[in-house]
Amino acid sequence: MSWEFVLKWLPKLLHGATVTLELVAVAVIAGLILAIPLGIARASRNAYVRALPYAYIFFFRGTPLLVQLFLVYYGLAQFEVITKGPMWPYLRDPFFCAALTMTLHTTAYIAEILRGAIQAVPPGEIEAARALGMSKGKALLYIILPRAARIGLPAYSNEVILMLKASALASTVTLLDITGMARTINARTYMPEQTFLIAGLIYLVMSFVLVQGFKLLERYLRVDASQGR
Amino acid sequence: MNFDLYGFGPALAAGMLMTLQLALSALCLGLILGLLGALAKTSPNRALQCLGGTYSTLVRGIPELLWVLLIYFGTVSSMRALGQLFDIPNLSLSAFAAGVSALGLCFGAYATEVFRGAMLSIPKGHREAGLALGMSRSRIFFKLVMPQMWRIALPGLGNLFMILMKDTALVSVIGLEEVMRHAQIAVTSTKQPFTFYMVAALMYLCMTALSMVGLAWLEKRASVGFVRSAS
Amino acid sequence: MQTLRNILLAAAATLAMVSSAFADETLKMGIEGAYPPFNNKDASGQVVGFDVEIGNALCAKMKVTCEVVTSDWDGIIPALNAQKFDFLISSLSITEERKQAVDFTNPYYSNKLQFIAPKSTNLTGDAAAIKQALNGKTIGAQRATLSGTWLEDNWGDDVTLKLYDSQENAFLDLASGRLDALLGDKYASYEWLKSKEGQNYEFKGEPLQGDDKIGIAVRKGDPLRDKLNEALKEIIADGTYKKINDKYFPFSIL
Repeated sequence: MSWEFVLKWLPKLLHGATVTLELVAVAVIAGLILAIPLGIARASRNAYVRALPYAYIFFFRGTPLLVQLFLVYYGLAQFEVITKGPMWPYLRDPFFCAALTMTLHTTAYIAEILRGAIQAVPPGEIEAARALGMSKGKALLYIILPRAARIGLPAYSNEVILMLKASALASTVTLLDITGMARTINARTYMPEQTFLIAGLIYLVMSFVLVQGFKLLERYLRVDASQGR
Repeated sequence: MNFDLYGFGPALAAGMLMTLQLALSALCLGLILGLLGALAKTSPNRALQCLGGTYSTLVRGIPELLWVLLIYFGTVSSMRALGQLFDIPNLSLSAFAAGVSALGLCFGAYATEVFRGAMLSIPKGHREAGLALGMSRSRIFFKLVMPQMWRIALPGLGNLFMILMKDTALVSVIGLEEVMRHAQIAVTSTKQPFTFYMVAALMYLCMTALSMVGLAWLEKRASVGFVRSAS
Repeated sequence: MQTLRNILLAAAATLAMVSSAFADETLKMGIEGAYPPFNNKDASGQVVGFDVEIGNALCAKMKVTCEVVTSDWDGIIPALNAQKFDFLISSLSITEERKQAVDFTNPYYSNKLQFIAPKSTNLTGDAAAIKQALNGKTIGAQRATLSGTWLEDNWGDDVTLKLYDSQENAFLDLASGRLDALLGDKYASYEWLKSKEGQNYEFKGEPLQGDDKIGIAVRKGDPLRDKLNEALKEIIADGTYKKINDKYFPFSIL
């Protein structure tokens, strides 16, 4: 590993890192917001309320992100009605396509995590809330969701890191994120070990920071204490 | 939208077979690595804890795509050296082997966390009862901890398996002919990206649906007597 | 039961890994398989195209059996050096940069780079004139090709450059309007312009890199190079080359 190689290409890779961070931030925040109503609907007792979210989650969890990305980016552009339509200025931009696809993708996963967490809230606590006279809405807001958040936090942190790595796929639709930059550099220098190793280190640093951040959050919210009995 | 496959149907079906082979092989490797990692992380030995933690954090921190590329291209010189040691000329990882290694490695790292969470949520009292009865550590693990652990770990592992199956699409990048690669080849000839990527998506949906059915059956078997709440 | 199944599957996986890791006796021909009309895959999975036919003709002359091995474009030179195949015949341009990684035979066809853009765009003249007209626009090319490298080196900052994994994806984006122009190998573009999607596009301006030669790549120091050169000379001399050339293009591309 030569230092001049690192010094020459590191700035470009770091520029790619900013693109990666933007993509991930958009996806996990928009995804969480969209997933809350979806997750609650999915955990409902009413079969009709459950059906539509289920179909959405089924499609987006059941197909690889790579296929979804290619469908949105290349597949939609095949049709005249899209390329001449009002959404084209947005769909034309690869960043928008990648961010859109990643958001839709992660919403499905977060909704499932939320559903699992809501269903794992000890029934005793819910019964206690109702016994105290709380309405369904109040019980949801003050008891169920906070508890579900603590139960689901490890899985959500898993999902955020997954999104960080999924952003690497954006390189397949011409976006110059870390992986895209690394592949471009590799194409010029034919040094895959060094290039991909440095790119991997950048991802590692980013995910390390995220993992530590979530560890602190878990400690603050006392997640460990609310597991088991 | 035209659903004519221009004769690429059999090729896509062959790709599906390859995908399944890849996923199952990586699953085996990943489960073993995951169990080992979780045992290491929950053991009282500090060195093992460190090892398990490093494995999990290191592998989870790097994208699967990058692992596939690293293992396929980066192991060339070391594999050749290994081959010289055993007198096998030109030893190198095939695209399939590299794909299985990379995907299994990544699955194992996540499975470590799932298994660890499941192990931790089993009340300490069970382990203490086992010790009080004079059971050895490994008997406690296999007879008391593991059966309970599977039930708790199953949803997480199921999620991970479905992610694994979708990640097989990444191995198309190193030229392995699974579903995605065949779809791309078809697009080059026919110029119908929507058709073929939609067909590929439907194939993955099919495989996912089948695994979900299998998983639901497993979860039901494992969850007898366990109370679930619904709002 | 679970453990038994795991053990069996693990054994099967190990077997698959080990058996596929052993090398073979026949000569392996490395091809991308995604670059019509030079190399492409048809519905039955066979690799077809100009490159394949030349490769087969050379093998026939050298009296060896050859097997086609496909690879993705980005990894094709590393794959050669990793001995996944013995020679690379996939429309590879001979460049100084590549010569540092591999050895090349004599050229088996010549190439030019040329822009293609919608018929309605007005782009004429040489590279400098086109650059001015395309200032600030989006131009595409395949990554790790001569076109991609040329655009990166010469126009990197004045235009938005998009690099693609495969030539086909670049064409798809040109057809959908994401790209204002595309720089590529003249003969591959010629093939695309004949298709239904390429109807509204045409070559623009003069060709660049007039002296680009396409060769067959082998590992550094490999004696296979001389055998391939001999065979190449023979198929050009006895008319086999011309027959294959005429099948794909109405003009000579040597």
